Amino acid sequence: MTVPDSKQPANFSFAVREAHRPAWAVFGERTLTGLIYLCGISAIVFVLSIFVFVFKEAAPVLFGGKFSLAQFLFSTEWYPTSEVNKRYGVLAMIVGTFSVTGVAMVIAVPFGLGAAIYISEFCGPKVKETLKIVIELLAAIPSVVWGFIGLTVMSKLIVQYTGAPVGVNILNGGIILALMSVPIIVSIGEDALKAVPDSFREAGIALGATRWQLIWRVLMPAAKNGLLAAVLLGVGRGVGETMAVLMATGHAVHIPSGILDSVRTLTANIAAELGEAPAGSDHYRVLFLTGVLLFTLTFAVNLIADLIVRGIRKK
Amino acid sequence: MNRDPKTMFTETPLVRSKFRQEAAAKWIFAGMAAAMIVPLLLILGYLVERAWPSLSLGFILDVPIRGMKEGGIWPAFVGTIYLVFISLAVSAPIGILAAVYLNEYAKDNWLNRIINLAVINLAGVPSIVHALFGLGAFVYAAKFGYSIISASLTLAIMTLPVIVASTREALASVPRSFREACWNVGATRWQTIQAIVLPNSISGILTGVILQVSRAAGETAPIMFTGAVFFKAVQKGDLFPYQLHEQCMALSMHLYTISTQVPGVKESIPFATAVVLLGLVLVVNAAAITLRVWLRNRKKW
Repeated sequence: MTVPDSKQPANFSFAVREAHRPAWAVFGERTLTGLIYLCGISAIVFVLSIFVFVFKEAAPVLFGGKFSLAQFLFSTEWYPTSEVNKRYGVLAMIVGTFSVTGVAMVIAVPFGLGAAIYISEFCGPKVKETLKIVIELLAAIPSVVWGFIGLTVMSKLIVQYTGAPVGVNILNGGIILALMSVPIIVSIGEDALKAVPDSFREAGIALGATRWQLIWRVLMPAAKNGLLAAVLLGVGRGVGETMAVLMATGHAVHIPSGILDSVRTLTANIAAELGEAPAGSDHYRVLFLTGVLLFTLTFAVNLIADLIVRGIRKK
Repeated sequence: MNRDPKTMFTETPLVRSKFRQEAAAKWIFAGMAAAMIVPLLLILGYLVERAWPSLSLGFILDVPIRGMKEGGIWPAFVGTIYLVFISLAVSAPIGILAAVYLNEYAKDNWLNRIINLAVINLAGVPSIVHALFGLGAFVYAAKFGYSIISASLTLAIMTLPVIVASTREALASVPRSFREACWNVGATRWQTIQAIVLPNSISGILTGVILQVSRAAGETAPIMFTGAVFFKAVQKGDLFPYQLHEQCMALSMHLYTISTQVPGVKESIPFATAVVLLGLVLVVNAAAITLRVWLRNRKKW
């Protein structure tokens, strides 16, 4: 909400204020207002400085001459500690990130949107309140606990039911990520459904439509942008998640051939190797470059989701 | 007069199949909602069951012994409290003032659209990128080294959007007429904010602050490379074991370490650590939710 400038009747209010307010109070208020403006733009400063600082650490290797961006993006050879032939190709990690996120979305999107529809359209107010609180608590579970669940509980279940040789793999990471991104999909999706005007529902009911017909033919098309934004934010969360995938997907740097293969994601790669890479080395800088890549990816996803949501508000 | 829609008209097969469809849809969606929640409750129950042999107050108050294979989690517990409160001290004022700016001062122009976008993006930046930023900016550029300060500042920036978003919501829920009444008696904009807007939204702001605490307590990646350390010797029951320029242990980091890096840990200890961390976060969140519900019920307008 924006509060437009209040035009105070200047001719007398100034006189009153000047007479009763000491100079230090006026000065104090000016300082505070300045501080508020400063804090207001702080978010821009932080986002920019995140990009600048991460990019600054990555720049020497990027512009150092012997490094090729094409090799970085399209090679699967990741040998950062090799003595003779150092290679920095993150394609396997990119594939890893998207395969885990893909599996997560295949699970999370139908269930998340289904839950959003149930909460928004079918259940009574009491159940709705309870479910929303549960979803909020779900969203609060720390990612390292999710990772721990993947490592201990889920991996055992996967070995037991699929016969996979190792339990930490794409499927494990995908299930864990799905559970993690469901809350965000549910809450944004529910907002999108809530934003559909009630007159749409009333018109549908007046024509004799059942709830299901109403949802399928009226609400889904009307809310499709918001639902898409919900999915995109879920994807953003999946791509950026670190600890859970670090612990739940195994550590194999290769192009996976199936859902039960171990992979490594971009985020997990940074988390696993940053500690061993000497500061200032090429290896260290390439990890920062991976950070720049991740930042750009999530920035794009969030920007698109935001534009879609903004489009809805305009209507 | 019969107004029951099912008997008011003669039921044709089409109508019957319509109602069957509706009932099926309802149960399918309910099942989907349940499918996301029930397994989780089972998993949490399982965690508590496995953790049970180690869970006790003594577990929290003890220090780890024999290379973290046995003992308690006191140093990590205190470390988490340190990190949470220092990051809170930084991000709460900035976040609240930023929200005041966005809700009370900002007009709908390009600058403020960019600020909004920046807040949304700050929330979307992966935690590991925050870690890289903290390492580059605080550890190296600002020369804080690997320390509690660096880790807390990284956490503060990461959790800023949580505070901004909920404070904004709280401020926006104060009716505009309150402000107008105050302006009309000649108060300046800041006087209005200080005397009318903030007191009327303080509980909502507090909710945001509590949510920030829970978020900061659970994060691992941003502190891993800026100030959290695998192990640090601490006296049992020592309340102030760390200096600000030192590294510290943290619960989330401790859970990661003992479940992946240390072989031969007593089986129930990682589970107990997970349960303590989870319990801490959920209790804090439950407090925020309770506060919000209580607040909504006693709202005067």
